[in-house]
Order: sequence, then C-alpha cells, then structure tokens
Amino acid sequence: MTSEIDRAIDAVWRIESARLIAGLARIVRDVGLAEELAQDALVAALEQWPDSGIPEKPGAWLMGTAKHRAIDLLRRRKRLELKYEEMGHELLGAQHEIDERQFDAAIDDEPGDDLLRLIFTACHPVLSTEARVALTLRLLGGLTTDEIARAFLVSEPAVAQRIVRAKRALAEAHVPFEVPGGAELAARLSSVLDVIYLVFNEGYAATAGDDWLRPALCEDALRLGRILAELTPREPEVHGLVALMELQASRSRARVDRSGDPILLLDQDRGRWDQLLIRRGLAALGRAEQLGGTLGPFALQAAIAACHARAHTAAETDWARIAALYHALAQLTPSPVVELNRAVALSMAVGPAVGLELVDSLTSEPSLENYQYLPSVRGDLLAKLDRFDEARLEFERAATLTRNARQRKLLLDRAAACAREAAPARSS
Amino acid sequence: MRFMILVKATEDSEAGVLPNEQLFTEMGKFNEELVKAGVLLAAEGLQASSKGARVKFSGAKRTVIDGPFAETKELIAGFWLWQVKSKEEAIEWVKRIPNPTGDEGEVEIRQVFEADDFGDEFTPQLREQEERLRAQSMTK
Repeated sequence: MTSEIDRAIDAVWRIESARLIAGLARIVRDVGLAEELAQDALVAALEQWPDSGIPEKPGAWLMGTAKHRAIDLLRRRKRLELKYEEMGHELLGAQHEIDERQFDAAIDDEPGDDLLRLIFTACHPVLSTEARVALTLRLLGGLTTDEIARAFLVSEPAVAQRIVRAKRALAEAHVPFEVPGGAELAARLSSVLDVIYLVFNEGYAATAGDDWLRPALCEDALRLGRILAELTPREPEVHGLVALMELQASRSRARVDRSGDPILLLDQDRGRWDQLLIRRGLAALGRAEQLGGTLGPFALQAAIAACHARAHTAAETDWARIAALYHALAQLTPSPVVELNRAVALSMAVGPAVGLELVDSLTSEPSLENYQYLPSVRGDLLAKLDRFDEARLEFERAATLTRNARQRKLLLDRAAACAREAAPARSS
Repeated sequence: MRFMILVKATEDSEAGVLPNEQLFTEMGKFNEELVKAGVLLAAEGLQASSKGARVKFSGAKRTVIDGPFAETKELIAGFWLWQVKSKEEAIEWVKRIPNPTGDEGEVEIRQVFEADDFGDEFTPQLREQEERLRAQSMTK
C-alpha cells in the first residue's frame, strides 16, 4: 500500500523529474549520472518528507539535495584523479571542474534548453528504438521502470537492463549533451518524433482489457508532444505530430465497439468524437501550416485526419482534398499503403473506376500480397461498378487474410451479397 | 486522466473587480508553466454571476432566475481542464496556483468521467445518445 504522502511525492516527481535530470545533466555532462543523482534526491525525499512535509518549493529542494550529492561525488573523483596524478598516472577522463553557482543557475534558469538537450539525447541514434523509447519515458515522462514494463508487456528486469545499457551506450559513444545543429537537426528531430509517435501508437493499439497503463501511453505521448511543441515552436513537423495525435485521440472513444472490435472510421459515431481534442488538433495543425514551407509526413497525415474531423457526417468528407494530401504524402514517403489510401479517396471523390485503376496498379506489389485491405478495397470498388462476380472473389480472399472474426464475417456477408446480385444477371 | 479545477468566486470576482496586474502576470506565468508541462487542455475565467442566470426545473416547469446569486463561496469564477497522471498530480499543480494578494480562496478539484468509467451500467445506446447530445451542444 502506498501512503498518501508517497503518492504526493510520486506526483512531485512526475512534475519535477525531467527538469531535474536535465539541469543536472548539463552540469555533470552525463545523463546516466544525472539520473542517478536525481534518483538519490528522490530517495532522500521519500525518507524526509513524510516527517517534514512536502517543502514549499519541492523542485528546488530536490535540486539542492542532488547538488550536494553531485559535489561530494565529483570532489571524490577529483581527489582520486589527483592521487593518480601524484602517482604519475595520466588524468583519467575529463576534468570535472564544478562550480556551485552552476547548480543554482540550473534551478533558476529557463529549463527549456536543458529539457530539449535531454530529449535529443534520449532519442539518440546510437540507441536502439526500444532503448530510445524506454529512456524517453523514464527520463522525460517520469515513468518508473515497472510502469514502462507493464505498458509494453515486457518484464521489469528487461526494461531495467535496457535502460542501463542505453545509459552505458550514451557514455561510451561520448554523446554530447546538446541540441544538434545544422544539417543534423532535421534527422535527429525526426528520430525524436518517431519515438513519441511509437509510444502513442502502442497506447492506441491497446484494448480495453489491457492494463490501464497501456492506453495511458497515448496520454504520455501527447504530453511529451505538447512539451516538445513548446520547446521547438518554430518546427512545423512537431506541431504536425501533435495535431495528428490530438486528432487520432479524439476518435478513441468511437473506434471500438463494446466487444473491443474496431469500428472503421466512416462507420464511427461522430457524436462520440472528442470535440476538445479536435479543436486542439486543428489548432496545432494551424500552427504547422502558418510556419510555412511544405508540410512534412506527420503534418500531412494530420491534415488528412483534420478532413475527417471537420466533416460532421461521413458524406460531408472532402475526399478530393484527402486524395491530394495522400498524393503529397506519397511524394515524401512513397508506400503502396499510402497509394491504396489515395485510391480509396479518389474513388470517393471522382468515382470507383478511377480508384480501381489505381488499385489494379498495386496488385503486383509484393508488400501488399497478404494485406487484407487490398482485396477488400478492390472488392468494394468492383461491387460499386456492378462487377459482382469479381467482387465476390475479392471479398472471399480478404476474409481469408483477416484474423479478426467479426471482420471475417462482415467480408463473407459482403461476398454472399455479391453472389446474390450476380445470380440474376447470369440467369437473364 | 482529466481533472476540472474549479476556482470559487470571491466578493471581488462577484463585484466584477478585475484581477490586478500582479495577479494577471503571475497567473500568466503559471498558465505558461502548465502549457510547457503539457498539462493544460483548456481554461476560462467566468464573469460575475450578475451577468448570468439560472433555470430551475420542477416537473415540466422551467423558471428563469437572473443573477446575481447570493452564496458567493458556492459560485464558480473560473476553471481549468488539465490532463495529469493522478489526482495527486492535480493537487500538486493546484498548490502552485499563485495567490499574490494572500486573499482567502478555494479551489476544487474534480475528476472528469471518461466513457469507460460508466462500465456496463451505461449501455451503448445510452452512451451514444449522450455523446450525440454533447456533440450537438458543442456545434450549436
């Protein structure tokens, strides 16, 4: 049982930890060490606050405590280094000249720059994707190892191991604690955005029966995205990602039925979409667009989601614009799945024959060989063109490719309907 | 999870006295902090109850009563909508709301229902109806 004070300390930790670790990392130039110092300060808080009460400025208290530990530690290291020197050894590692004023500055300064450095470090390309995700949630999201493990359905020791290795990898690669500049920035930023979106999707894919920590990943990712958007207000893709996540999250209540089966976007009850998140998503997209330049992949996907969000009924959807946006997306990130989506939008905007033409050009794509949406889209377009025999075969094929029982039934129902439609045509 | 943070009215807020510059500045800084922490979803300040009204329900009868209303401390002068990880986190943020004048005041913290909180009592039909009504009220 966690007591009330423990939960209050947890809450303080969630609010303060990222800034604390970021401020410490700037001074000690080692993210792993900074996190350990911050954890030490947390342990001290857990020991002292139950008696003393939570201090008025808990962030400053934690930083002050971490500062004393850091100074002790670095002085010890320095004494060691001096001893080595006396013994004629070369100085090991970098000199840690520390100045207490730095710590005070780290408390008072605008912490934004340090936070940004921390995000870029946690998502550094020397780390595996899994390590980036774990480190980001741990250092910036304030999640415990146990929370990360439960959310990603892995064991706690595995996550702990992942984090230890990640910190070691950062140290071994001498990854500087900085915001990358120039040409490197774009690639590094896109790595950060990918990590946040991966966390979001992990939460989005979770179902009602899962541990609540899994769906909570959506909120964690949204929070990280919103924080990042404030740190990098001039980066349109960051706003694009935030817009995409807000708009997708706005549909989360409507996208599964009671038994947990997915409901396709056009069949969703739009009354269940979250209007507040839609407004926030549209505002974020507006910020991305106002910054000018061509929209990146996240902003384009957000713009597509916005077309759906703006339509009060499925019939009001601006399919021509969606088709154009998919076209732009295909230029940036060519993919047969994007093309298939474009084909659907085109068929809605112009007509099934145009859509079918594009779909037919995709049937030889090896990556779509077992992709159930290819035959189901093709079947739908064929049925609209009264080519029921061909449509039936496509629906039957799609039914063999889906793992979802309810979807299989829907597809087989459509195949049966096609068979009925085809029969009179044959007999006449 | 989401919390609505309700700021109770004071004699000043009911008298239509606007916050002084210091409070404006400090509140602005606090709101900025909330945005930077990714916590703030929405916030509004409410005008004095003298500019509002109440509608009393009794059976089929509806009676409109114009403001102002007497019980100042029960009235609401503004609200925030926050997304946080726990009630304790909401409390921690509320403790940081600036109060430069040192005046007495009260802030109430209420958790927002999520659709899942209704469980099986809330049938899909009811849910659908409720959400539809909510969407209509938003678009009107």
